[in-house]
Amino acid sequence: MNGTAGVRSDWPLFEVFLRSKRGLNHVHVGSLHAADPQMALHHARDLYTRRNEGVSIWVVPATEITASSPDEKDPFFAPSGDKVYRHPTFYEIPDDVPHM
Amino acid sequence: MTVATKASRAGGPPDLQQHFDATIAQDRRIEPRDWMPDGYRKTMIRQIAQHAHSEIIGMQPEGNWITRAPSLRRKAILLAKVQDEAGHGMYLYSAAETLGADRADLTSMLISGRQKYSSIFNYPTPSYADVGVIGWLVDGAAICNQVPLCRSSYGPYARAMVRICKEESFHQRQGYELLMTMMRGTAAQRAMVQESVERFWWPSLMMFGPPDDASPNTAQSMAWGVKRHTNDELRQRFVDMTVPQADRLGVTLPDDELRWNPERGHYDFGAVDWDEFKAVVAGHGPCNAQRVARRKSADDDGAWVREAAAAYAAKTARRETASREAGS
Repeated sequence: MNGTAGVRSDWPLFEVFLRSKRGLNHVHVGSLHAADPQMALHHARDLYTRRNEGVSIWVVPATEITASSPDEKDPFFAPSGDKVYRHPTFYEIPDDVPHM
Repeated sequence: MTVATKASRAGGPPDLQQHFDATIAQDRRIEPRDWMPDGYRKTMIRQIAQHAHSEIIGMQPEGNWITRAPSLRRKAILLAKVQDEAGHGMYLYSAAETLGADRADLTSMLISGRQKYSSIFNYPTPSYADVGVIGWLVDGAAICNQVPLCRSSYGPYARAMVRICKEESFHQRQGYELLMTMMRGTAAQRAMVQESVERFWWPSLMMFGPPDDASPNTAQSMAWGVKRHTNDELRQRFVDMTVPQADRLGVTLPDDELRWNPERGHYDFGAVDWDEFKAVVAGHGPCNAQRVARRKSADDDGAWVREAAAAYAAKTARRETASREAGS
């Protein structure tokens, strides 16, 4: 963001999330630059919903996002790796038990 | 996410390289925060930036006709199309930024000529038929190039391409429809279409890049999954798709050697003038200087708007902070 700061008046980066229709989650679709959150919303509408792709938009300053690090991927997600009993397929139920 | 980790740029330990190679081998996607070789990162930034620049410069040849479109319907369509090109450029700059590139730097590199854009946009559009021919041939060639890129190994680029390809289909169809309308018109209108096709046919074939034996980076790009077919394969695919469309339209493609080859199951076609291609890429096309000058003036003339908006945002933020502090 500050490659040529001072020369150009750079706007911060916002990440854009769209709800494509009612009943669905917002999904990350990309990013854009804007001076403030209101302008980011307007730009997101023009950029990501030119063909009715969305009914609701979230914009979030990219600097406000905390992400897990790929370098610690294995240990970070390890707690769920060895708990097969959390899945319904872990349990054997005879075929003749109905509605299970 | 657009969060590049600085550490990931340094040469990584062997297990990181192994993880990268395995991801590519399994045809899975590389995502922004994954470790990747420097060469891969540089190649992707160059490819995505060049593609983004092409979309942005690509607004100009047709944009010239917006104020002169023959009807409100055609004007609305052309406006929507040119706006899409801007949007495509933005999706792609956004993807480039996930690799640590800075958008303002990319714009500077376009204006200073350090990064290229597609040579096709250095040709002029003196006739309104060019709007139709660009949609049909230029966007048609772009679709041929871009559909395989929806499976690019770099996730953000592949996702941008999915979005772009959906929209390109409208571009090609509006162009072909425009040409069909002109071909149903007067003899003069038909001559306009034929004349435009003759100017754009060969430059469209050049859009696929140099022939395979003169394309040194193809092998590495295919190995990395950032390129899925060679230049010559895509060029052949485009010719095969386009010849029947030209027949249906009633225009003659300007190539005496163009004919169906039943043994190959493809159309044979004449030799592309690669000297012309090299000259245009090197900056000696009919409109290179004009295109870059126009982009520079748009950037220069917009500077005060960017500064004013940033100043307004800063002032609003200061006031909100002050009123919060006064209220607490």
